[in-house]
Amino acid sequence: MGQLKLENACKSFGTVDVIRDVNLEVKDGEFCVFVGPSGCGKSTLLRMIAGLEDISSGDILIDGQVVNTTPPSQREIAMVFQSYALYPHLNVRDNMGLGLKQAGQPKAQVAQSVDRAAEMLDLSAYLTRRPGELSGGQRQRVAIGRAIVRKPKLFLFDEPLSNLDAALRVQTRIEIANLHRELGATIVYVTHDQVEAMTLADRIVVLRDGRIEQVGAPMELYNNPANEFVAGFIGSPKMNFLNASALGAPGKSVGVRPEHITLSDSGAGIDGRVSHVEHLGGETLVYINADPHGLVTVRLFGEHAYSVNDRLIMRPDMARAFHFDDNGQRLHPTPA
Amino acid sequence: MSNPITSARGNLGRTAAAHVILIAYTILALYPVFLILINSVKQRRAIFNDPLALPTAETFDPIGFQTVLEQGNFLLYFQNSMIVTVVSLFFVLLFGAMAAFALAEYRFRGNLLMGLYLALGIMIPIRLGTVAILEIMVAAGLVNTLTSLVLVYTAQGLPLAVFILQEFMRQVSDDLKNAARIDGLSEYRIFFTIALPLVRPAMATVAVFTMIPIWNDLWFPLILAPGEATKTLTLGSQIFLGQYVTDWNAVLAALSLAIFPVVVLYLIFSRQLIRGITKGAVK
Ligand SMILES: Nc1ncnc2c1ncn2[C@@H]1O[C@H](COP(=O)(O)OP(=O)(O)O)[C@@H](O)[C@H]1O
Ligand SMILES: [Mg+2]
Repeated sequence: MGQLKLENACKSFGTVDVIRDVNLEVKDGEFCVFVGPSGCGKSTLLRMIAGLEDISSGDILIDGQVVNTTPPSQREIAMVFQSYALYPHLNVRDNMGLGLKQAGQPKAQVAQSVDRAAEMLDLSAYLTRRPGELSGGQRQRVAIGRAIVRKPKLFLFDEPLSNLDAALRVQTRIEIANLHRELGATIVYVTHDQVEAMTLADRIVVLRDGRIEQVGAPMELYNNPANEFVAGFIGSPKMNFLNASALGAPGKSVGVRPEHITLSDSGAGIDGRVSHVEHLGGETLVYINADPHGLVTVRLFGEHAYSVNDRLIMRPDMARAFHFDDNGQRLHPTPA
Repeated sequence: MSNPITSARGNLGRTAAAHVILIAYTILALYPVFLILINSVKQRRAIFNDPLALPTAETFDPIGFQTVLEQGNFLLYFQNSMIVTVVSLFFVLLFGAMAAFALAEYRFRGNLLMGLYLALGIMIPIRLGTVAILEIMVAAGLVNTLTSLVLVYTAQGLPLAVFILQEFMRQVSDDLKNAARIDGLSEYRIFFTIALPLVRPAMATVAVFTMIPIWNDLWFPLILAPGEATKTLTLGSQIFLGQYVTDWNAVLAALSLAIFPVVVLYLIFSRQLIRGITKGAVK
């Protein structure tokens, strides 16, 4: 069991409103990712759920119980921090077992739980080491192990991968996804990296300035963004926003994903000049300057021999384009 | 790009220069101490004839140490000084660290004002309040007790301790404290088992700053605890300084003996300091 519900949750530091009226329901066993730019309040919201930050108004419910004033240790949650936050004076075994020991579990049972978690995470050989004697990836696994051992209703992850290098990040991302499948646990995961969000989430919550912009499955957000912000935030490379009046389209801007533009040497379309080309092997990114749209990114499959200053014609797939009004809100229905 | 060899040589030159300056400063700073030590074992006449000379077989005379150890309650004074210094130091470090933790960790109304109020003592010397302190001690019946000295020295040491430790407490990782809260540790255990060990180097620094003025103080022992049973070493040594005659052998011997406990305490703390720095906290 592990349901989370936020009802009109608000948080202000002094006069600054950091979280504004957040309503959200996370179902049992769901992998929910909070994503948004740095400083939008993701960590604050997570700390409120954990009970490390009190809630200014509204309610937090875990399994239907209001936990607004319940101390963190009694909310049956576990949290993994970006900085690992391992106790420097304890070895791996004691780091992982401290929570259970504090909860008054018998020693043998604590040892058993720690052993099982250590095995899951390949940490059995390191149980007597101090955190200082481990690599970054190992420390992160200990931090995850410390969370698993508690058998919480709710796992909270705060940017757990940001301190790892790129290769390790991909590997740990897969491990976390596997862990979620094995444990079937409810997970709330915070990241500013939309790739992490897309690859891990059952459901993504996009936050901006302490407000929820949109909630949905990764493909829902990709195919049906509610506004310009979500459209620009989800998907990599970023969506292009073309000038609507120059295209004779309604609204202020037309959003076209880089993968939905084709290039040709002649014919009708948007005229532009190549300003930069990135060859990635499997795909080629072409950056094209076109008045009055600015720099447009085009993503092509495979290898292409374009070079800087080439004149090209871009043809956006208007059937898959999004239209936004002056406030950045989506215009419906999308005209064909 | 500079040639690595010449730049290494340049570094060597700079290191050597730094060492020469540091060694010169060390000699300068330690020379008076050295003079006290050598003159404490010389005849009175030799002290005056040639104060800079080393003791020879002829001029050697441990009379000063004999006087000190025989006359007066030197061991008692020594013990009093030790008790007052160590107990005050303990309270300054404990309460200083606790206040610093609270100020750095908790958001409460008046946090900033409280911090400023506690730091005020750095700028206002406690001796300005001597008369009031004496009145309080008389009223509380604490005159001529070591307790009075411990209380005053604790108050004297706290402002700087709070001020310095506060900054270091702020640097203790929030995530670490939060992880401990989720694991169900009490705020006291978070303070004692997590925050304190991580600020140990700062504690050692504060300890050294706090200890020296307490050990050397003459003012408060003279005013609050001049009785024979509660005299401190510094006060006790004054009996050798007469209005007309001064027993220089005894004064120098007493001073020599007074140096050692401070050196020992300093060595203990500086080892903590170095251990704290080299071990490094896990981020
Ligand atoms: N203790 C605090 N006091 C005042 N402001 C804070 C505090 N913690 C966070 N904030 C502010 O709240 C906003 C959101 O912070 P945070 O939740 O850490 O963002 P994120 O994790 O999304 O990068 C930031 O603008 C930050 O400055
Ligand atoms: Mg954050």
